[in-house]
Amino acid sequence: MKYLLLFVDNEETRSRSEAEVAAVSEKIGAWWGEHSQTGEILSGEQLQGAETATTVRHDHGTVTIVDGPFIEAKEHVAGYGVIDVKDLDAALELAKSWPWGGVVEVRPILEME
Amino acid sequence: MAEPAGPTVIEPDGLAVAEPAGRTVAEADGRTVIEPAGLTVMADGARLRIDATFRHEAGRLVGALTRYLGDFDLAEEAVQDALAEAVARWPAEGVPERPAAWLQTTARNRAIDRLRREAKGREKLALIAADPAFHPDAMPQAEPDERLRLLFLCCHPALSQDAQITLTLRAVAGLTTAEIASAFLSTEDTVSQRITRAKRKVSAAHIPYSLPGDTQLARRLPVVLAVLYLMFNEGYLSSHADVPERRWLQQEAEELTELLTRLMPREPEPLGLLALMRMHLARSPARFDAEGRIVRLRDQDRGRWNAAGIASGIRLLRRAASLRRPGSYQIQAAILAVHTEAPGSEVTDWPQIVALYDLLLRHEDTPVIRLNRLIAVASTAGPDTALAEIETLRDALAGYHLFHATRAELLRATGRHDEAAAADRRALELASSPAERALITSRLTG
Repeated sequence: MKYLLLFVDNEETRSRSEAEVAAVSEKIGAWWGEHSQTGEILSGEQLQGAETATTVRHDHGTVTIVDGPFIEAKEHVAGYGVIDVKDLDAALELAKSWPWGGVVEVRPILEME
Repeated sequence: MAEPAGPTVIEPDGLAVAEPAGRTVAEADGRTVIEPAGLTVMADGARLRIDATFRHEAGRLVGALTRYLGDFDLAEEAVQDALAEAVARWPAEGVPERPAAWLQTTARNRAIDRLRREAKGREKLALIAADPAFHPDAMPQAEPDERLRLLFLCCHPALSQDAQITLTLRAVAGLTTAEIASAFLSTEDTVSQRITRAKRKVSAAHIPYSLPGDTQLARRLPVVLAVLYLMFNEGYLSSHADVPERRWLQQEAEELTELLTRLMPREPEPLGLLALMRMHLARSPARFDAEGRIVRLRDQDRGRWNAAGIASGIRLLRRAASLRRPGSYQIQAAILAVHTEAPGSEVTDWPQIVALYDLLLRHEDTPVIRLNRLIAVASTAGPDTALAEIETLRDALAGYHLFHATRAELLRATGRHDEAAAADRRALELASSPAERALITSRLTG
């Protein structure tokens, strides 16, 4: 079963010191490597900060381009991972062990026939 | 109380079925009655009521079919179809000799029919048939943990609280949509939608049908206990119009809780909840009068209480206490134990009860618990003190009928009868259970 893990930054994760960030980044590297080896992680990327985003909105035929992420909120998408695991419980275990913390949305990927 | 299900019978075509035995029930007047296993055809012949035994079977059947098909949604639909067919056909055709086997076969066939209708389904059927263990006429026998597996699935944290209780009442306890709607003062449409959405979530997100691993069990426990308690309460004081209580639903909750205590023997809260349920059930014969009105605890004929049930509850409580991790259900059971140990209401150890409520509030501080505590405070510090304190709960509980009913009681105790009647009238406006309404009405008119 394929799921998308959407990694979301919140106030807590954004308020970390450089030293804390460096320490967690090492853990992420190890985590990613370990779960890629098992075949659980298929792909994924870290994104640059929300301030680097540009949003294109389609609204009844009109297209607008706006500086910034699509949601004006305290939480921002920071990265994603595509995983292939047995069931939701396995996906939730991965999400729970995500070293960065913050918020992780777990969404099943639509299987095309 | 209820007898366990009867012996397993292996039928010639390979179907293994447990035929439920009759339940022995001791009635309040000392008679022993055997409730027939299976369907109860109503005296008027026209209505068919599927009693506890079937709902119990339905739960196990949904579980076994889920494992067999690998699809909870399909299994649940199939069992519902089979039950509906039973209700439609049995009044005219008569109840089959082996009703449980009939249900099992019919549900399995309905599921296979559905699968055959879609290409994806046919693929799945082919996979099932290719399994060397598969016998075309057989179904895997429900395993001892089957209903627990189903319970944990329905109580998965990925489902909302509403979805959890609705799905459990439906799939595990076998309540109809109408009964669930009545229990939550909702509409059949709302309940139906909720069930559909929940099953869709189970399917789409692939919530597994399995018992959580040892490390997860303790974490998943609180939700499961809360759902079982809700189920028990709905049976304890039915919002349903035709019966004041549904003992079979209480027993269903009790049975499932007992299964939990066997699965997790070192967890104290399931033991506490089971103790609570057993002691409540033990008082069943005395809880309602001949007209179906509630008899208050203080007025109940304690000679009618099932002594064995009370003793069992107290033993369970002691076992829980030996694990040295107090919790909300254990304390509630302890409060009930203090009540039941008293030979009469006047000699109840009220200070002990107040102390236990104080302890309970440290685990779970809610306005309703505070309200119940005040009833005990009235007996230790007097009704005036309790009346003064009850006002602090008004904001939180103004819409709760028992707030007003309790106030009425306290006002009566201090001789303020007109105000008491006004409070009772407010309680009557807000009360939904017919048995409670009858009690309040008789106070107002008596």
